[in-house]
Amino acid sequence: MNKAMFKVAGVAVVAASLALTGCGSRADNTGGTSGAKVAKIGVMSPTSGDLSALGLGIRNSVDLAVKQANESNAIPGWTLEVMAVDDQATPDVGKNAATKLASDDQVVGVVGPLNSSVGQSVIPVLAAASIVEVSPANTNPSLTQGEDLANPKRPYANYFRTCTTDAVQGPFAAQYLLESGIKTVATIHDKKAYGQGLVENFTSAFEKGGGTVVAAETINPDDKDFSAVISKVKAAKPKAVYYGGEYPQAGPLSKQMKAAGLDVPLMGGDGIFDPKFIELGGSNGDLATSVGAPVDTLASAKAFVDAYNAAGYADPYAAYGAYSYDAANAIIDALKVSLANATDAKSARQATIDAVGAVKFDGATGPVAFDQYGDAVARVLTVYKVTDGAWAAEKTGELK
Amino acid sequence: MPALAVGTDGSARVKKALDVELFFQQLINGLSLGALYALIAVGYTVVYGIVQLINFAHGEIFMIGAFGSFATWVIVGKPTDWGLGMTLGVLLPVMLLGGIAASVTVAVMMERFAYRPLRGAPRLAPLISAIGVSVFLQEAVRLFFGWIPGMPDAKSAIPYPTLTGVSDGSIQIGGVTVQASAIFTLVALAVCTVFLWYFVNRTKTGRAMIATSQDPDTARLMGINVDRVIVAAFAVGAALAAVAGVAHGLRYGNIDFRMGFLAGLKAFTAAVLGGIGNIYGAVVGGLVLGVTEALASNYLGTTAWKDVWAFILLILVLVFRPQGLLGSKAVDRA
Repeated sequence: MNKAMFKVAGVAVVAASLALTGCGSRADNTGGTSGAKVAKIGVMSPTSGDLSALGLGIRNSVDLAVKQANESNAIPGWTLEVMAVDDQATPDVGKNAATKLASDDQVVGVVGPLNSSVGQSVIPVLAAASIVEVSPANTNPSLTQGEDLANPKRPYANYFRTCTTDAVQGPFAAQYLLESGIKTVATIHDKKAYGQGLVENFTSAFEKGGGTVVAAETINPDDKDFSAVISKVKAAKPKAVYYGGEYPQAGPLSKQMKAAGLDVPLMGGDGIFDPKFIELGGSNGDLATSVGAPVDTLASAKAFVDAYNAAGYADPYAAYGAYSYDAANAIIDALKVSLANATDAKSARQATIDAVGAVKFDGATGPVAFDQYGDAVARVLTVYKVTDGAWAAEKTGELK
Repeated sequence: MPALAVGTDGSARVKKALDVELFFQQLINGLSLGALYALIAVGYTVVYGIVQLINFAHGEIFMIGAFGSFATWVIVGKPTDWGLGMTLGVLLPVMLLGGIAASVTVAVMMERFAYRPLRGAPRLAPLISAIGVSVFLQEAVRLFFGWIPGMPDAKSAIPYPTLTGVSDGSIQIGGVTVQASAIFTLVALAVCTVFLWYFVNRTKTGRAMIATSQDPDTARLMGINVDRVIVAAFAVGAALAAVAGVAHGLRYGNIDFRMGFLAGLKAFTAAVLGGIGNIYGAVVGGLVLGVTEALASNYLGTTAWKDVWAFILLILVLVFRPQGLLGSKAVDRA
């Protein structure tokens, strides 16, 4: 009897997981003019887990771009499809998902992933299959410029990104804090590629600008209790805390900081620029830098925001929606060139990589183009501040 | 980290080592974190003492307790502005009871369907079963909690309500900040320890538990219903874990489906540290582990090293005192 029960449970679990993967790719079979050849654009993002708010925004925004391209018949003779995979914000899972994408002959490009650490494990897989990858959110500088940032050397020719990097974000945050008269800060990061990169770049720029880092600490991403770190940081009397990491830890960290009497702003990168940060404990006065100008004030982004809202997605486009939309459009733009005379999707992969490198158009976040490393040319950033329980743009500028 | 950052930290540390206030602050931090570990650790130790099973799904019981209390709060109508009296007298007890009801129900079902069929099987079988239950419970909450009408989606962290006088505010003693939630956690541990002492030593079921842990076969011959005693052990552990779940929610302001994993691992460590099978050992082990983590992150390198020191302590205790700090009651059969 027990064996039978286990079997039933097993079947139920398998069925449930099938159903889930099913809804991950609900954008399949959109267009569908019969006879048209099919090319797929993969989307890799965490659609489950802590970071799913960001991941779902990425997936939906790419879905929107592809739908629009099909409607306008952007690539005559071809229908585009979205193939969405969940990387669970985990490098191993991302690598498997990338293998799945690479083994599908119809996949010509991939948007994603969200996390720099996932990017590190995914890029080689896609590079081996000559599939172009455009990340809307990987901000670790080494992904495009190699480990030795003093002598940048591009490791993978198939990798591009629409967001700016920590090499720009950290220093921009340092510049903002120094300009607002804050000269002593403590840094905390979560030991992940993103957080550590952010803090290192922040620290060097902040000290160069005359500031002092009075405490440098780390946390474990799985930790819930930050009281020991906070007490230690508090004793160093910083005027602000710069945090390298994402909102699932940053929100509670900010809440615990204030509860422990360390009443200074917490500042972070784009990883904490999300409404969930405030829901989880981020409070008024906390700061975040994010790449580009605020999406809702940009004329160029208005069309994207309107179309996104009109499409009726269940989840908001979140911090990276507009970048994902631009990333997808960069690939679609390149496909116009590479697929024009192609017989099948797989043979157009290398041509697509070359074409993405030459892409130039006005996207939702501003002008979209890539430099010789595959980095976005635009270096506009914005500091956001939590005001009355919501993120509000504080200052937009270019890194000096 | 660049060498630079380590340098600034090192020079700052010398200055801070003299700081008495900081020491007491970290002590309070450690005690309240340790109290949380202790409340969970009791569940490991009670079950181990009776059936020699490391119930790796116990961390998830703690998580279920937190979600149960959250669900109760939603059902009560999401009150946030009740006064101190109403909060302490009505809301908090109701939330605790809701959490306990959820965790005890799940723990009893877990015992019935995942462990009882494996009673008498080789010891590895229930262990693997426990790991399976752990994954099952995590995923069940992740996928299906949002399906319950009125409940938010649990795929990412859910904000836990702030209760007047319990999780907001703090008191200052000199330069030491003691948060209300820390007081709640410590008081909860004290009350639960007294309750446990009473339950184990003064009630029939409690004494039956001791008898069963000493010799299950003889206990059965004496007319003790061993199955019932085992269920009681799971239920007691689950009830304390639910209290810990509420304390966790109040302290950190959010709960998520993975919260049980690391907390469970730490609590298990605490149980071994104190002497697995020994209830008071679990309490002492939890407090020692919490204080070690807090003090180590302040005085021994950066906070990144706290787990290293906590586990070095565990290894040292196991090398020099394998039965744990207070001694294991079931060490001869472990």
